[in-house]
Amino acid sequence: MAEHAGEAAHGHDGHHEMSFWSKYVFSTDHKIIGMQYMFTGMAMALIGGFMAYVFRMQLAFPGEAVPGFGGVSPADYNSLITNHGTIMIFWVAMPVLIAGFGNFLIPLMIGCDDMVFPKINRLSYQIFLLSAIVLIVSFFVQGGGFGGAWTAYPPLSAKAEYSLTPLGSTLWLVAVALEFVAFLLGGINFVTTTMNSRAPGMKMYDIPMVIWMIVVASILFMASVGPLIAGAVMLFMDQNVGTGFFDPGKGGDPILWQHLFWFFGHPEVYVVLLPAMGIVADIMTVFSRKKLFAYRTVLYTVFGTGVLSFTVWAHHQFIAGVDPRMAHIFTITTLLISVPIAEMCFVYIATLYGGSIQLSTPMLWALAFLAEFLIGGVTGIFLGASGADVYFHDTYFVLAHFHYTFFPIAIIGVFAGITYWFPKMFGRHLSEFWGKVHFWGTIVAFNCIFIPLFMLGAAGQHRRIYNYNHFPDLATPELQRLRVIATSALLVMLAFQAVFLINFFYSLFKGKKAEKNPYNANTLEWTAASPPPHGNWAELPRVYRGPYEYSHPDRDTDYWPQNEPN
Amino acid sequence: MRPIATTRSASGTPTGRLAVWWVIASEIVIFGGLLASYIMFRLSHPEWAEYASHTNTWIGAFNTFVLLTSSLSAVLAHQAAEAGNGKKAAKLLYWTMLGGITFAVVKGFEWNMEISHGFTISSNGFWSFYYTAAGLHALHVIAGVVIMGIVAQTAKQNLELHRVELIGIYWHFVDLVWIFLFPLLYIAK
Amino acid sequence: MSEHAHPNYFKIWAWLLVLLSISVAGPMLEIPVVTLITAFGIAIVKAYLVARNFMHLNVEKKYVVYLLTTMVVFMLLFFAGAAPDVMNQEGDQWYKPKVEAEAAATPHH
Repeated sequence: MAEHAGEAAHGHDGHHEMSFWSKYVFSTDHKIIGMQYMFTGMAMALIGGFMAYVFRMQLAFPGEAVPGFGGVSPADYNSLITNHGTIMIFWVAMPVLIAGFGNFLIPLMIGCDDMVFPKINRLSYQIFLLSAIVLIVSFFVQGGGFGGAWTAYPPLSAKAEYSLTPLGSTLWLVAVALEFVAFLLGGINFVTTTMNSRAPGMKMYDIPMVIWMIVVASILFMASVGPLIAGAVMLFMDQNVGTGFFDPGKGGDPILWQHLFWFFGHPEVYVVLLPAMGIVADIMTVFSRKKLFAYRTVLYTVFGTGVLSFTVWAHHQFIAGVDPRMAHIFTITTLLISVPIAEMCFVYIATLYGGSIQLSTPMLWALAFLAEFLIGGVTGIFLGASGADVYFHDTYFVLAHFHYTFFPIAIIGVFAGITYWFPKMFGRHLSEFWGKVHFWGTIVAFNCIFIPLFMLGAAGQHRRIYNYNHFPDLATPELQRLRVIATSALLVMLAFQAVFLINFFYSLFKGKKAEKNPYNANTLEWTAASPPPHGNWAELPRVYRGPYEYSHPDRDTDYWPQNEPN
Repeated sequence: MRPIATTRSASGTPTGRLAVWWVIASEIVIFGGLLASYIMFRLSHPEWAEYASHTNTWIGAFNTFVLLTSSLSAVLAHQAAEAGNGKKAAKLLYWTMLGGITFAVVKGFEWNMEISHGFTISSNGFWSFYYTAAGLHALHVIAGVVIMGIVAQTAKQNLELHRVELIGIYWHFVDLVWIFLFPLLYIAK
Repeated sequence: MSEHAHPNYFKIWAWLLVLLSISVAGPMLEIPVVTLITAFGIAIVKAYLVARNFMHLNVEKKYVVYLLTTMVVFMLLFFAGAAPDVMNQEGDQWYKPKVEAEAAATPHH
């Protein structure tokens, strides 16, 4: 690489000083790019969280000015909920879980010094950053940000006279498309790196679970996003050129967009779920000092889930006028896919069984992931059954259901990963005490937000409504009380994130210094210095065994690093 | 200095070629989604056959000929690169580029003619798909020509000869897409 | 892939051109079934020839072939799942308006 010319990739004694820009901004080092993704994702999470705060305030106290935002108009409300969803999935869950952890962990955990295409990796982040900027710009153009929901169903998304956001909807679409390009480039890099650049001796079944899951997620993304990219091109034409791909008046069909969108949209759930499941698997083995129960079964289950995830998409469209016979098929496949996921949860519990469990902060997050995700999974059964979905569709029950899946993935899973790998990333420890305070504050408040929303949904409260006072059935004091509880709990949860941010930035500079392997873990990243230098190791490691050999009966120590000959 | 990661090949397939296969895999679903949508509409709208009858099969056939021939020169360039003859490989790549440029120029005249006859992208569903699908394909052709120019530049100096094969594989894929677009947009009437 | 013997690329190219001529000539018989076969049957044969000989899938590792085939299968799956709705012109509560008015407006030359 041009900017590191003269620096030996294997003998890392010859470090020359790099300027701030080439070291942190235009770096091709996988660790720096991972951090860039992670910090951008965290910044976007703050924006997305602020949006949630504004529209929850409007729902709890309709019509009153929201501190820090002012009065919320109906158009503001639509734009806020749309962009909250878009940001949290495309600019928080994806960049942090896949790109952030993927970039940081893949070379470190498979024992090589960088990605196979470092420059493409950098390009991928730059395109991603551009997409985030385009999205943020779209809030401030004339007409405001796009307000047609994150699913962007036409005709609302296709026609400016309906959406009233002529520029906002196009910029939103362009931002999402750029983001896809960034992740295609990143995904190809992840997959080829893992396939080709593993340390000598590392066989397929020696790859840590989190790497497997990030790779499978990248493949799922690549295989499912194509139709939506084609759909985005078609929608862009509908918006700006006057075609009618999704306009029945011109021979098009709005349902086609829903198919194109959800053919991607449902696998996308597994794209973000799998990396979180992988993070949890690695943390659980370390903090219960046990071998991962049934490594190969988990792996085959992941493959099976991946394939099945392509067959369930139309369960999002049960009331869109789809063929009822197709609804039967999609009900069956949807219920089927809960089997492998449930199996993975059981396998994780079996991993814990009989282990010496240490309730450190990352372990608490990992355990909470399982507990909360189970609630999300079980409520999905009702929605996957087409009969029940006719009632529940588009109510807050759906909303609470997918927040019980996405929150464990994008927030709990991410916090598990950050608290676990923080010593490796920055060479310092987070405060355990404040980590636990943050954990309990977040988890309790999270449940207090969304359990009331389940109840509201079951009572028939529809989503995407600006002010329930306009609906006599839904404007009752009982229901309003639930809305206020949910909003108050949200305020508490957001306040507890300040604990995390202070802990994070304080520890970044002042935390206790971390040694190489603070948790006595087996995987390769813990054999590099904390934080690893450019190139990761002076001499790249060799691998002799699988990643989960904890508490081996023949050993004096309860761990057996992958790189130790015996 | 390249990272050591770029020199390993645990799967047995060279990294560059492996990545190109993944690129093609993700391209298959992009074009697949678009063409699947087109086929659904085409089958449920018999009246589109009438709209399609205004496309010019001869121009389409000529462009197919051009792309098939440029694929031949691309594969011959790969053969030359394998034999270590960078100069010859570069020359054949220039021929391939000429094919790509010819394709794009012919496409430009064809579209110009059709638009002047009143068949624009917003005329009806068929013409929307016609311009969108062929346009997306043409973008791939242009991108291929640009990348090929860069590859030929290094190949001329006998450097990075493996890239000749990689751009070739991509070029054959672009050819493959056109092989399906041709009957879908021109022959089926 | 330097080990394998190169096929005669000119011969394959000549075959492709023969197939191209057939697919152009097919519609001239004005039998719809023949047109379908000469258009799409031949497209598949051409694609096979290009993929096998020019992209060298015949000597590539098998998993690459499986990977690309899987992507095509996913697209067939997408078609199978979406076509019953998208190709349906009329439901219990809705219909798609015919757009003949516009067809008539299309200029002829």
